Amino acid sequence: MSLAVQNVYTIAKREMGGYFSSPVAYVFIVIFLLLAGFFTFKVSGFFAANEASLSPFFVWHCWLYLFLVPAVGMRLWSEERRLGTIELLLTMPVTGWQAILGKFLASWIFLGLALALTFPMIVTVNYLGDPDNGVILCSYVGSFLMAGAYLAVSCLTSAITRSQVVSFILSLVVCLFLVLVGWPPLNEMLSQWLSPAMVSAVSSISVMTHFAQFQRGIIDSSDIIFFLGLIFFCLFTTNVVIRSHRAG
Amino acid sequence: MIKIENLVKFFGPKKAVDDISFTVSKGEVLGFLGPNGAGKSTTMRMITGFIPPDSGRVQVGEFDMLNDPIRAKQLLGYLPENAPLYADMSVYGFLSFAAELRGLRGAARKKAVQEAIETCFLEPVAHQTVDTLSKGYKHRACFAQSIIHDPDYLILDEPTDGLDPNQKHEVRSLIRNMGRRKAIIFSTHILEEVLEVCTRAIIIDRGHIVANGSPNELKAMHPNFGSVRLNVYGVAEGDVRGKLNTLSQVERVEVIKSTSEQVKVRVYPKDKKDESFPTLVADLVTKSGWKFDELSMDKGRLDEVFRGITLPDTVKKSSKEGPVVTVNV
Ligand SMILES: Nc1ncnc2c1ncn2[C@@H]1O[C@H](COP(=O)(O)OP(=O)(O)OP(=O)(O)O)[C@@H](O)[C@H]1O
Ligand SMILES: [Mg+2]
Repeated sequence: MSLAVQNVYTIAKREMGGYFSSPVAYVFIVIFLLLAGFFTFKVSGFFAANEASLSPFFVWHCWLYLFLVPAVGMRLWSEERRLGTIELLLTMPVTGWQAILGKFLASWIFLGLALALTFPMIVTVNYLGDPDNGVILCSYVGSFLMAGAYLAVSCLTSAITRSQVVSFILSLVVCLFLVLVGWPPLNEMLSQWLSPAMVSAVSSISVMTHFAQFQRGIIDSSDIIFFLGLIFFCLFTTNVVIRSHRAG
Repeated sequence: MIKIENLVKFFGPKKAVDDISFTVSKGEVLGFLGPNGAGKSTTMRMITGFIPPDSGRVQVGEFDMLNDPIRAKQLLGYLPENAPLYADMSVYGFLSFAAELRGLRGAARKKAVQEAIETCFLEPVAHQTVDTLSKGYKHRACFAQSIIHDPDYLILDEPTDGLDPNQKHEVRSLIRNMGRRKAIIFSTHILEEVLEVCTRAIIIDRGHIVANGSPNELKAMHPNFGSVRLNVYGVAEGDVRGKLNTLSQVERVEVIKSTSEQVKVRVYPKDKKDESFPTLVADLVTKSGWKFDELSMDKGRLDEVFRGITLPDTVKKSSKEGPVVTVNV
């Protein structure tokens, strides 16, 4: 392993250990699973729909993540700054990028783990009917990417402030914006004033629009590039923010 | 060697560090002194690459901190002010993490962690969560982190802060011993510490270096350094003064107290470093047959020197005569 990979790995490992050394991680996972179940079965009416598909499950993800992902990401850098450990971390022989990536990846993997624990859903629909498992897999990939995008936003907002609460709220607001601009009811409203081209331009910056593609079973490079690009942009800006804090 | 050239740092309009330059070589322990807010921590943060200077250069070994930060940081160990730690880790886990980032793996890492735990007397708390440690133990855990890779250069921001007297003693002797092979910069507010461990001390005030020298040289900056105090009985003030002034080495005689039976004077030499001066005065006193009960040379006091060159703002504004000690750096 190269030194850079080693450093990212070491930092990610520490971050991950931090999640599981407190009950917060378990509580998070349980809440996530409960909410996912509640929305799928109660609100969407999974059984009533009588359809062998997980779309009643995935359709909630962009809303569920609004609260859950900022809860995971809010402490990433704000905690580091509040405790002063950022001074330890960044005077070690690691680059800012390695530190940002290490911390981000640990949280992303954690979210991936929570998502993976929804596997009983797959088992259930396969038991009850004959779903298109390609579409399900595709939706999982999209959901994971979307979680990463939200997380990158939280990572950025957590670098902006020492306060976890402020970080959470900021991140929620930004993510909400990224959802709403692609929310069909809002787009219909916008189309009263804007030309269809402009409406679709607005909705193309929405995570909802891009996630919808995955839910249809379409893996398009433009959607992947959108999520990865958003992640890169946020992490890049995080680095800029951290640098500017250090410069005083 | 750590070499710092013309470091400047602004925080907004405020100049926290103003053109600081110095060099520390291996084998030296540099004490970094100065009142609160003088810019000690800011300077150390620039040396360790945590904050970029507005101008100036930092060189660690042969590497430049701005152009080659990773390699420069590899050579450094750093104990930040207030000893920050990851609250949710065990001491052992934290030190393993630090060792890993320092490039130590497998058996080498285990050995380094074990040694650091022993050196810093952390055995009793090795598996305790950092959060639950007492302040002194927290400080020691963070100190252990700074020496875990046996670095050539050590930057310690108030390493004895919060330690009990025994631990202060241990840490001082540790610094002194390590200072034989390493270059160490450490800041402190405890002046005895400087006398005990430093080979050299720098005093900074409002971002400026106001003194730079060995502890003894700093003490020699005291206005009374080298002067002799004398307490004579049964001689008139004029006679004492007249007799002492016959010595060619005497610059002036200051009368501290004068009553009919006792005269207390301070005799200043022309050459402050003249070590035979007290003997000369003593010879004169015995030859004259004076009765005396005190004859001692003033060795200077670091705390008074410190106070003299770094008067707090409040005092400086009200005192018209300016600093007690004048220095040329
Ligand atoms: N991040 C910052 N933003 C703004 N001002 C700062 C910052 N860090 C330090 N300062 C200011 O710079 C000056 C020097 O601070 P510094 O922490 O270097 O002092 P110090 O010599 O370490 O003091 P102490 O003995 O109290 O530790 C102070 O006036 C401080 O208020
Ligand atoms: Mg300080």
